[in-house]
Amino acid sequence: MADNTGTADIQEHAGTAGEDGVRRRDFINIAAVGAAGIGGIATLVPLISQMAPSADVLAESSTEIDISAIKPGQAIKGVFRKQPVFIRNLTTEEIAKANAVDVSSLRDPQSLEERTKPGKENWLITMGVCTHLGCVPLGAGEGEVKGEFGGYYCPCHGSVYDTAARIRKGPAPKNLEVPVYEFSSDTVVKIG
Amino acid sequence: MSFPWANHYEPKHPLMQWMDEKLPLPRFVYNAIGAGYPVPRNLNYFWNFGVLAGFCLVLQIVTGVILAMHYAPNALIAFDSTEHIMRDVNWGWLMRYAHANGASAFFVVVYLHIFRGFFFGSYKAPREMIWLLGVVIFLLMMATAFMGYVLPWGQMSFWGAKVITGLFGAIPLVGEPLQQWLLGGFAPDNAALNRFFSLHFLLPFVIAAVVILHIWALHIPGSSNPTGVEVKTESDTVPFHPYYTAKDGFGLGVFLILYCAMLFFLPNALGHPDNYIPANPMATPAHIVPEWYFWPFYAILRAFTFDFLFIPAKLMGVLAMFSSILVWFFLPWLDTSPVRSGHYRPLFRKFFFFGLIPTVLVLGYCGGAPAVEPYVMISQIATAYYFLHFLVILPLVSSIERPEPLPYSITESVLGSDDNADLKPAS
Ligand code: HEM
Ligand code: FES
Repeated sequence: MADNTGTADIQEHAGTAGEDGVRRRDFINIAAVGAAGIGGIATLVPLISQMAPSADVLAESSTEIDISAIKPGQAIKGVFRKQPVFIRNLTTEEIAKANAVDVSSLRDPQSLEERTKPGKENWLITMGVCTHLGCVPLGAGEGEVKGEFGGYYCPCHGSVYDTAARIRKGPAPKNLEVPVYEFSSDTVVKIG
Repeated sequence: MSFPWANHYEPKHPLMQWMDEKLPLPRFVYNAIGAGYPVPRNLNYFWNFGVLAGFCLVLQIVTGVILAMHYAPNALIAFDSTEHIMRDVNWGWLMRYAHANGASAFFVVVYLHIFRGFFFGSYKAPREMIWLLGVVIFLLMMATAFMGYVLPWGQMSFWGAKVITGLFGAIPLVGEPLQQWLLGGFAPDNAALNRFFSLHFLLPFVIAAVVILHIWALHIPGSSNPTGVEVKTESDTVPFHPYYTAKDGFGLGVFLILYCAMLFFLPNALGHPDNYIPANPMATPAHIVPEWYFWPFYAILRAFTFDFLFIPAKLMGVLAMFSSILVWFFLPWLDTSPVRSGHYRPLFRKFFFFGLIPTVLVLGYCGGAPAVEPYVMISQIATAYYFLHFLVILPLVSSIERPEPLPYSITESVLGSDDNADLKPAS
């Protein structure tokens, strides 16, 4: 082990191996450094996990939204987990347009049917968070541009979504996320 | 470097002698930035920017600590507390404008400092470590400035934070949990603002520590110079003090005139009006742009609008943006020419001034422009050239170029002749 411990007679005390060929000093050294290492790593757990979302942030309430006033062709922006959620009442043309697309040709292949609830294909409910870098796409508000596919347009880096909020053009990798939701009644939807 | 002919520190006053025995700090200063540090006699004004960068760091720390006395890092009141600084705190407007414009001035200075390194080959042996530490400082500065910009909690603050932390979401598998871990939530909110404040306060001091290492590494070989020819004899150098303390002092004066002109007459010229609107998670500003000093890198990020090989566009943009700086770490080994200074490298010079520099300027312009054609296409071409320059052109130029003859010594380049030149063969 150590060539020079700085102590003249140290080798006499600890330098000789026992019958099993293990030196006492080596054993203590490995055990001590090992214990310190494990302790050090264990300390990292609280240091790192304190950064994760705290209990109050995680206790995300669900949001109930009244959709009775949304006419076909209209959309509203709701709030879920402090992020926008788009609730859109599709017109028959918009539904037809979404269904006319060959699903397998899409970047993130999904049909309108998979993105809506059975019997409620006209209600397109998605997060209003661009899957590129998180901007709020335009198209839900009155008079906002909807982009060349008639759905949503993200002004940040130019992602274009279609009438099923599927990514069609630009840098975003995925369709707008469909959150967990259910219809509490015909006019109220509960998100989360 | 402490050349053999360096002046020696000899304290005369008994108090200084006493001090020298107990803690030789004055000796250290004398040898580092005083008369005991011989420096090439031919440094031009590009060698002023290191000292100016140090000044900017001190400026940011002083104004920043003062701002922190009045600022409240809480999402509910951060915006109001910034306005409180602007309207109510005595001289608060000055402190805030000095800090915000100080950040821009800092980047101007550092970009010129880096430009000097690129052109005069300062990154080459034996100065690789100085260069590597410099790149580390630059990365830390970017992180610091990014987090500082979030603090006023205006629209650009919020959406800048969202877009940039969204970058991490592009990493496969761990991306989304990592993003939530960084933000402490699903989107920027109080948790993110608080930790950004804490880190924004801390990082400048980390930068200060790395700056000390940077200068320590510099003092081993000593400064390079515009010829790139190493110091040979005493006549190649002058003592740092008074020669370069005076030159740096003059440079500081010029810098302060320009800085104060910005500060007092155009304090918002480099800012974004949207940041005077409180953060609103429900509405994205029509045109999100980072601060000007991030534009070239932002253009590279946005240049990838198509999937590349099997890598999705979003991840590709993120990788390219980080690589555009990380490639600097490899520069000392990509540029293999033994000649340092661009003055003696005709081919390198052409590619540098007509290739790299315009490319970076074009990227900067596109990064500040909206994400529409033709800017996207221009960014793509410029991004391609940027990487081509470092990875292909530089190594190639280094191997085929025939450099122009170098002066025998610094002295010869300054005086036209060097008496020592006849004694030894030219190097
Ligand atoms: C490397 C050095 C630094 C850089 C590049 C930097 C950069 C920035 C930037 C760009 C801003 C946003 C300015 C604005 O819009 O108002 C900012 C704000 C701020 N910085 Fe720094 N900073 C640095 C050092 C520091 C230090 C050392 C402190 C404190 C110890 C500090 C404290 C603050 C505070 C409290 C704010 C928010 C106040 C405001 O919004 O005006 N900074 N910083
Ligand atoms: S965030 Fe929507 S395109 Fe980039």
